[in-house]
Amino acid sequence: MLFNPTTKVRLLAVGAVAIVAAACDNDSSVPATPATPPQPTATFEVTVTNLTNAQPLSPVAVIAHQAGYSVFDIGSPATEGLEMLAEGGDNSALIAAASGNADVIATASGAAPIGPAGSETIFFAVLESELPGLNLSTSTMLVNTNDAITGVNGFDIAELAVGESVSLRSIAYDAGTEANTEAAADIPGPAGGGEGFNAARDDLADRVAMHSGVVSQEDGKPTSDLTGQHRFDNPIAAFRIARIN
Amino acid sequence: MKNTLYAVVAATSIAAMPAANAVDFDVQITNLSNAIYFTPFLVAAHPAGNNLFVSGQPASANLQAMAEGGDISGLEADVMALGATIVTDPASGLLGPATSTTFTMNTDSTSNDRLSIVAMLLPTNDAFAGLNAVEIPTAPGTYRFDVPAYDAGTEANDELITGGGMPGTPGIPADPNGLAGTGGTGAAAADANPNVHIHRGNLGDSNATGGPSDLDSSVHRWLNPVIRVTLTVR
Repeated sequence: MLFNPTTKVRLLAVGAVAIVAAACDNDSSVPATPATPPQPTATFEVTVTNLTNAQPLSPVAVIAHQAGYSVFDIGSPATEGLEMLAEGGDNSALIAAASGNADVIATASGAAPIGPAGSETIFFAVLESELPGLNLSTSTMLVNTNDAITGVNGFDIAELAVGESVSLRSIAYDAGTEANTEAAADIPGPAGGGEGFNAARDDLADRVAMHSGVVSQEDGKPTSDLTGQHRFDNPIAAFRIARIN
Repeated sequence: MKNTLYAVVAATSIAAMPAANAVDFDVQITNLSNAIYFTPFLVAAHPAGNNLFVSGQPASANLQAMAEGGDISGLEADVMALGATIVTDPASGLLGPATSTTFTMNTDSTSNDRLSIVAMLLPTNDAFAGLNAVEIPTAPGTYRFDVPAYDAGTEANDELITGGGMPGTPGIPADPNGLAGTGGTGAAAADANPNVHIHRGNLGDSNATGGPSDLDSSVHRWLNPVIRVTLTVR
């Protein structure tokens, strides 16, 4: 199992602390010696829905950030964190690297893989003072592939008002880190049960581009262990982003 | 790169008009695909009510020349006749997979408030990416358009690399990445829909020296969109 179903939803500590502070703010009693004034927070929820036929999505990485950060750029090599997510469905290294980036405001993770037709709602919070320029990125692997990912890549949510939401649909990208063998030994999802992350980079080119889809044995790739059930077309997932306070 | 403003005539004839369409903007075209190349783009800001192509309608001869062989000279003449503001071949040749080209346009003192962008996909018989007369935003900001691949409907998708790029000549002109095979027997006869339509994609096969197609099903397929156009209005 290359992705960890026990991963907990994580709120960046500063966000969690700020929520507690905001709750105290509702208390009518006035403390005798006020501590640092509570800073108002903005809480968002991201509902991810899997639109595919037979491509479970690995636990979703959610990253709120400023313009200086991106999960990937078309034409540039994937980071090692993204490679680990794209090949094995493990988002932990991507989230850890993001958390250490000065342009990243908050991170969160989905709790479990999202099966076809399934959905999950993930929460994160930022300080209101961090809203200007705030972008949202999400990333998840199509686990019955070699290294296909999908997600929102830098969507501006700074102007989203409380109670407002926006709905997006995402397309499939190829991380460019692993050849699309479609062989069970190279596919970590239930269709393969094979290897996840491997540091070797042996794709057509070592850079992120759009995914051209899986071919499958039934559509004429004799060495593929995938079936027509595993083929997909865009869009892959729906994302509903709402600001809830 | 040729970046030419054909605004002289238009400017004199509409000098009294308010500059409602005056827009100074950057254009970035990104090839999103994994293994598809684009022939030189034609980028045209032009007056509303004009289209280089219409889905469900037959391709013009000039669109056919672009889609089958990458020749944009006929379409360029068409939009010049409209007083369009154009940029041709911004990438100075082919735009490769996962690469971008960026340039600036200015429609000041014109009525060119619509944007069209076309180029042929290689290796295909007659596929082209087409941004079709979208309204150019006037408010400062960044605007993104994801553009699909269309089939001109003018040539059978036989997927054979023959060098055939002239209108009406069967076959694919070339595979710039050199990953195509040989010896194909022909993947398809004429399109069921001879009008412009969303392309059904390359088929390809896994046989480098035979099979129906010279293309590789693991390399030369694509899923839409194929290009992303990002406008930054100043």
